[in-house]
Amino acid sequence: MTPAGSLLTAVGLTKTYGPTKALDGAEFSIHPGEVVAVMGPSGSGKSTLLHCLAGIVTPDSGVITYAGRELTSMSDAERSALRRSEFGFVFQFGQLVPELTCVENVALPLRLAGTRRKAAERTALSWMERLQVEDVADKRPGEVSGGQGQRVAVARSLVTSPRVLFADEPTGALDSLNGELVMQLLTEAARATNAAVVLVTHETRVAAWSDREIVVRDGRSRDMERAI
Amino acid sequence: MSIGHTLLGLLEAGPRHGYDLKRAFDEKFGHDRPLAYGQVYSTMSRLLRNGLVEVDGIESGGGPERKRYAITTAGVTDVESWLAQPEKPEPYLQSTLYTKVVIALLTGRSAADLLDTQRAEHLRLMRILTTRKRKGDLADQLVCDHALFHLEADLRWLELAAARLDQLAKEVRR
Repeated sequence: MTPAGSLLTAVGLTKTYGPTKALDGAEFSIHPGEVVAVMGPSGSGKSTLLHCLAGIVTPDSGVITYAGRELTSMSDAERSALRRSEFGFVFQFGQLVPELTCVENVALPLRLAGTRRKAAERTALSWMERLQVEDVADKRPGEVSGGQGQRVAVARSLVTSPRVLFADEPTGALDSLNGELVMQLLTEAARATNAAVVLVTHETRVAAWSDREIVVRDGRSRDMERAI
Repeated sequence: MSIGHTLLGLLEAGPRHGYDLKRAFDEKFGHDRPLAYGQVYSTMSRLLRNGLVEVDGIESGGGPERKRYAITTAGVTDVESWLAQPEKPEPYLQSTLYTKVVIALLTGRSAADLLDTQRAEHLRLMRILTTRKRKGDLADQLVCDHALFHLEADLRWLELAAARLDQLAKEVRR
């Protein structure tokens, strides 16, 4: 069962950690250019769902399909290649390499993919402009504010023009004003590039930037659009 | 909302005709509930009677006469004391949401389901407000944020209530 036109789909996912059932038949689907919020209480399985969808964690059972390819039957090498080229990631904290400047951090995914330094930094700077952090390009992460650091991280997650952006509590460590700015710029940038965004959050004001939400509880998912 | 004080506050920025006052009010505060003309003129005659505004000039062009109103010193003092007076916090204890959660628990229904359904409905409105905020000016941002934070507060309470489901269920059934 793959909803028509969806980019990333998961059906019947289960994942057990020791005695804990983190996922118990979870389902998910997202279209290109769509922002879907994944909500639910702490420990409900929403981060495990994100990690499975992103190919970081392998589910015990169930099928994940990305752009017509079955993620769940790929080798580790194939999955990590996919993560580097097609997926972008933003987390709550500590994603930037402290020894590198902000522009070097943003350019890093391109450099790892073999782009030459100058070209990589030029692309990185254009993303930093979009996220309104070009003025901290030459500073190290330790020298910028939390809000600026998070926007640098968002610029880095988008620098390879991913088709899916995974954001796990991207505003969790920020105050209201910076959280708003991150959400506004992140969703604008994603919509402009037609990237799909999987947004894990427990904050409703953050989820209000999405197009629709699914709720995860006790490892099971509920698509609220179809439920009503 | 005290419409009299709000109109006085708008006049403190400069004299206006009744029609301009209505427009300024609707633009800043009346998105969902615009002010009726009758209400503007009845409020202005009350403010005139109480000496809080005065007629600053009358235009008699081709159409009917248009009075221009200006705030008086007494009016400015009135706005000042209104702003200085704190609003009474609303206790919200009798809200329908609260009643529904207790009834759900009393009847052995799932508070989590109620939460999910209510969240979806709140989120629908919150998305509309977020879009309006994104496309609007500073006044839009302020008014939408105010509504968004209140809607979020409802949901946070509902979430807490659902998380306490077992505990609450035991207590209300006792």
